[in-house]
Amino acid sequence: MAKKVGMEVSVAIGEAVKLANADVVAAYPITPQTHIVEHLASLVADGELDAAYIPVESEHSAMSACLGSAAVGARTFTATAGQGLELMHEVLYVAASMRLPLVMTVANRALSSPLSVWGDHSDAMAVRDTGWIQLFTENGQEVVDNVFCAFRIAEDQKVLLPVMVHLDGFHLSHVIEPIVFPEQSEVDKFLPPNHYPLVLHPDKPVTMGDFAPPIIYSEAKWAQEVNLRASKEVILQTWQDFGKAFGRYYSPVESYHTEDAKVLLLTMGSFSETAMTVIDKLRGEGREVGLVRLRLWRPFPFNEIRQAVKNAETLVVVDRALSFGGPGGPVCSEVKSALYGEAKKPKVVSFVAGLGGRDITPAGFEEIINKGIEISQKGSDNEFEIFGVRE
Amino acid sequence: MENYTVFVPRLVTKKELFVPGHRACIGCGEALAVRLACKALGQNVIIANATGCMEIVSSPLPTTSWKVPWIHTLFENAAAVASGIESGLKMLMKKGRIAQQEIKAVAMAGDGGTSDIGLQALSGAMERGHDFVYICFDNEAYMNTGIQRSSATPFGASTTTSPAGKMSIGQVSWKKNMPAIAAAHNIPYVATACPSYPFDLIDKVEKGAATPGPAYVHILSVCPTGWRCPTDLTIRLGRLAVETGIFPLYEVENGNYKLNFDFPKLRPVTDYMKLQGRFRHLSEDLLDKIQQRVTADYAELKEKASADKK
Repeated sequence: MAKKVGMEVSVAIGEAVKLANADVVAAYPITPQTHIVEHLASLVADGELDAAYIPVESEHSAMSACLGSAAVGARTFTATAGQGLELMHEVLYVAASMRLPLVMTVANRALSSPLSVWGDHSDAMAVRDTGWIQLFTENGQEVVDNVFCAFRIAEDQKVLLPVMVHLDGFHLSHVIEPIVFPEQSEVDKFLPPNHYPLVLHPDKPVTMGDFAPPIIYSEAKWAQEVNLRASKEVILQTWQDFGKAFGRYYSPVESYHTEDAKVLLLTMGSFSETAMTVIDKLRGEGREVGLVRLRLWRPFPFNEIRQAVKNAETLVVVDRALSFGGPGGPVCSEVKSALYGEAKKPKVVSFVAGLGGRDITPAGFEEIINKGIEISQKGSDNEFEIFGVRE
Repeated sequence: MENYTVFVPRLVTKKELFVPGHRACIGCGEALAVRLACKALGQNVIIANATGCMEIVSSPLPTTSWKVPWIHTLFENAAAVASGIESGLKMLMKKGRIAQQEIKAVAMAGDGGTSDIGLQALSGAMERGHDFVYICFDNEAYMNTGIQRSSATPFGASTTTSPAGKMSIGQVSWKKNMPAIAAAHNIPYVATACPSYPFDLIDKVEKGAATPGPAYVHILSVCPTGWRCPTDLTIRLGRLAVETGIFPLYEVENGNYKLNFDFPKLRPVTDYMKLQGRFRHLSEDLLDKIQQRVTADYAELKEKASADKK
């Protein structure tokens, strides 16, 4: 029987990794990821998780150790945040390009300078193009469920790619939530043992990580792109299977009161839950507003996004990261390119808000929606609007 | 040594695990060192190779010179990748997912990948006590990218980023003592070797691989391209590096120093240096300065070794 317990989300991730029977955890502590790895270290220390915990000397080495561990066929997990994710940067590309299945949770954190340990999506956006499958989560249950799904997706023989599960630092990582944990037997049934087909082993020596001259590099990269796009099918199937097994269904894009909505808000991550309460309130006031929540960040769900917003007149996208000197929020930029060729599409307004741990309150979301409507009607000279910044 | 030349070669396996066809330069001492090290390691290894000469010459897609499982990922992380390999294997064997057997994790890197950019990852892996062998193939500069200085480049050597000139003597710092840094981690086995002494090299790599816990083997690898010397002098220069005391062959076993080759009288450093274009510009004064330093360092090492003998 599955059991529901109140637990800090970071600790719950540790419990999920235990249920997933990880073989190796290599991690370096960084706020706000620390509670995840502390809990894993204590599970290993107490013999509750039969895994090797490698207390590496940096995030660069954390991800590097993960490469080695995944390459011999061990189920491999790590977690990081902010600067740590940045220090891993070049290694992230290698993990994806070498088709090494591993799972990492990222407690999203702002980037220096000035130093900030608090949450936003700057770290995630900086690793957007590393070739990982990337999911954003809204609550503790979703993180736990997607840790199981992430391992299954990563290790699927058709996929063999690393998966990043993003959760908002502090706003999600440090809150205590009621979370349903499946039984070990249920997890084992959903998540079969890892059988990496190209393991490093003396019985059948393979060479991994050759260098590619121009004559073959493009082919290698294109194969990777085709593979990442194709992984979507497995992601969708995995979420279906998870739903059938556990009763909680996930999809790349979630729509909330969007059927007849003229105005849509689009969010990603835990702030979506706040946004939902605002939609409820405005609906109560008779306003035709709805919410689109983006869960699958890579591969980007172009069609799902087009379908979700096609009937709206105004689409207000809230990003929690800046693209300096660029088109505004990175999520909005993707959404705009998904819609560019569409004959019927809403006017898209980009907002950047909630940087470095600043809350977006329900009143804030309401203000963003109202201002978004105004801009879509009157227009604006700005590429995007920054919300709530004192001038 | 005489006995070695008669009998020992017959004991060395003829099986090649680092096979011909790679693209190393003519006279490459490093390729020779890798070949000998692979003979010593045997087949039951997994090698994590850092970016560098040996990685580039051995693995242009879709070909390979490696007959053992081998992975290259990045420049500075060979030791970290090896820690993951070692931990992964240990867990998979413990859980019965793969058969129990001795598989040694091996990290290989050049002097730049070891003493500069990879030093932190190496230090971490040694400190954590992983059961692995780290082999540094030291050709005393970033040769793969075109002879740029590293912290392992010797004092006075002219490289493309420490060029000798009117206002420059070449490299102004003394060669970083990597074996001492490894030994300072209190790991069970540290050794220096050179392919000019092939059986000593094989012996040390074997010993390192047989040692439980971290082992560090530092191999001087003559680079005719970067050292500006004739390609047929590779073996000779390796011998001279040892005979002059510039690169002494020694071991540090559980903290105890042992000098493997000692000489009643060291050759003058000029015997070694005059054969190389990278030192050609050095004045008598600077050569004297180098001689003094080498003599002093050698004496210090000898004292450590003799103290440990008692």
